[in-house]
Amino acid sequence: MRMKNRPVKLGARTARVIVPHRSKRRFYGQGIPGVEVAKLAGKLIVVEGADGSGRSTQIQLLVDWLESAGHSTVQVGLKRSTLVSEELDRAQEGNILSRTTLSLFYATDFADQLENIILPALRAGQMVLSDRYIYTLMARDFVRGMDAKWVKNLYGLALVPDAVFYLNVRPDDLVQRTFSKYAKLDYWESGMDLGLERDIFASFLKYQALMAEQFRRLQATYGFHIIDAHRPVEVINAELRKKIDAVLIGHKLN
Amino acid sequence: MKTFAQQGFPGRLIAVEGLDGSGKSTQIYLLKRWLEAQKLKVFFSEWNSSELVKSATSKGKKQELLTPTTFCLIHATDFADRYERQLVPLLRAGYLVLCDRYVFTAYARDIVRGCAPQWVRDIYSFAALPDLTLFFKADLEVSLNRILDGRPELKYFEAGMDLRLSPDPYESFKIFQGRILEQYLAMSDEFKFIMIDANQPIEEQQNIVRALAAEKIDLATFAAAN
Repeated sequence: MRMKNRPVKLGARTARVIVPHRSKRRFYGQGIPGVEVAKLAGKLIVVEGADGSGRSTQIQLLVDWLESAGHSTVQVGLKRSTLVSEELDRAQEGNILSRTTLSLFYATDFADQLENIILPALRAGQMVLSDRYIYTLMARDFVRGMDAKWVKNLYGLALVPDAVFYLNVRPDDLVQRTFSKYAKLDYWESGMDLGLERDIFASFLKYQALMAEQFRRLQATYGFHIIDAHRPVEVINAELRKKIDAVLIGHKLN
Repeated sequence: MKTFAQQGFPGRLIAVEGLDGSGKSTQIYLLKRWLEAQKLKVFFSEWNSSELVKSATSKGKKQELLTPTTFCLIHATDFADRYERQLVPLLRAGYLVLCDRYVFTAYARDIVRGCAPQWVRDIYSFAALPDLTLFFKADLEVSLNRILDGRPELKYFEAGMDLRLSPDPYESFKIFQGRILEQYLAMSDEFKFIMIDANQPIEEQQNIVRALAAEKIDLATFAAAN
């Protein structure tokens, strides 16, 4: 049972920190053996979107905002696990990964972070900000023709987040953003392993369009919030903050 | 699930399964030598041996980073890499592929570790079944003694220490192996394991293994081109 908050005399400049509403939690499928979901007090917020959609900028702003509002935060993202991130990098440099291997490698990376970072942080009541989640991994698998049931079973290990935001940017805009940031296109982000086009520029456009299509399909199933990311950073962030505020007090997002 | 023959592959896959210390690796090695002596197209693949994945697995084991879920997934990644890049192309090219352990090892170990059985099976559902699966069944005590006599230092995951069965590695190993054996036996009919009595002398077992390979597979059709 939760104690009713009593008014406390605060200093003039002290703002009251909102204690997040406890939400009902579940895994997508069989989950992780031995985890009691009822003990996961924190919130899991996911920001999805292609490279160049502004995910990391938005997450950094959210971290600043959440921490100044009195919430402890933890960040996770793809390919950041202690277990396999180096090996996965090396394998990708060699361009020798076949699709099932690629899929399982990323699933291992995800599971390692889920068990060693995300779940302990949620147990401790922290806000977990995830820079991409299983949806990017699923979309990549679907674009590569993996069996939908197989992929769904695999990611039955994942926890259902409190909110998922998809930063939507048109492929032609993504190209411009990627060039202005790195001045080159990445082999995997261009889907070159699929052999869609010999030319990396043409491949990037086709691949990102296929990814966007898969995200639209996933959106129907997993109900994430599509954010128009063509707008200024601050405008986008204000929208995200408003939605996260609602999540913290236990409102359903629509 | 179908075998490689049922899926129309020109190659054939023979797998050996059994507990650590059952002598299966010795037997498949001797089978390989015999097939090679006949100048057949043979390829051997071992569990947990993908060049891409192996270093992650050994790091995970050494630093005790693995949970039942990541233990399952990292071995599945290793298997997928060997399956897609080696086994399938070789089987398409008409090779005899010999596997020291196959998906059944994962079914048994991961389930003992507490992973959901259907989840594990579905993960490996991309793999076809072997055309011949030999299960080496030694008395639990015999297997344990072979391991414990030779290598008194038991590794953490090998002994199933992550399952907290016993604080004593030897005791833990025994309980763990016993549970794996139960899992193997429970699936032996479903996957048509051919049981081989691994308490017999090496040569006796090899006679049986060769006879089975020759009976189940038309070996002459796997001759290497000169």
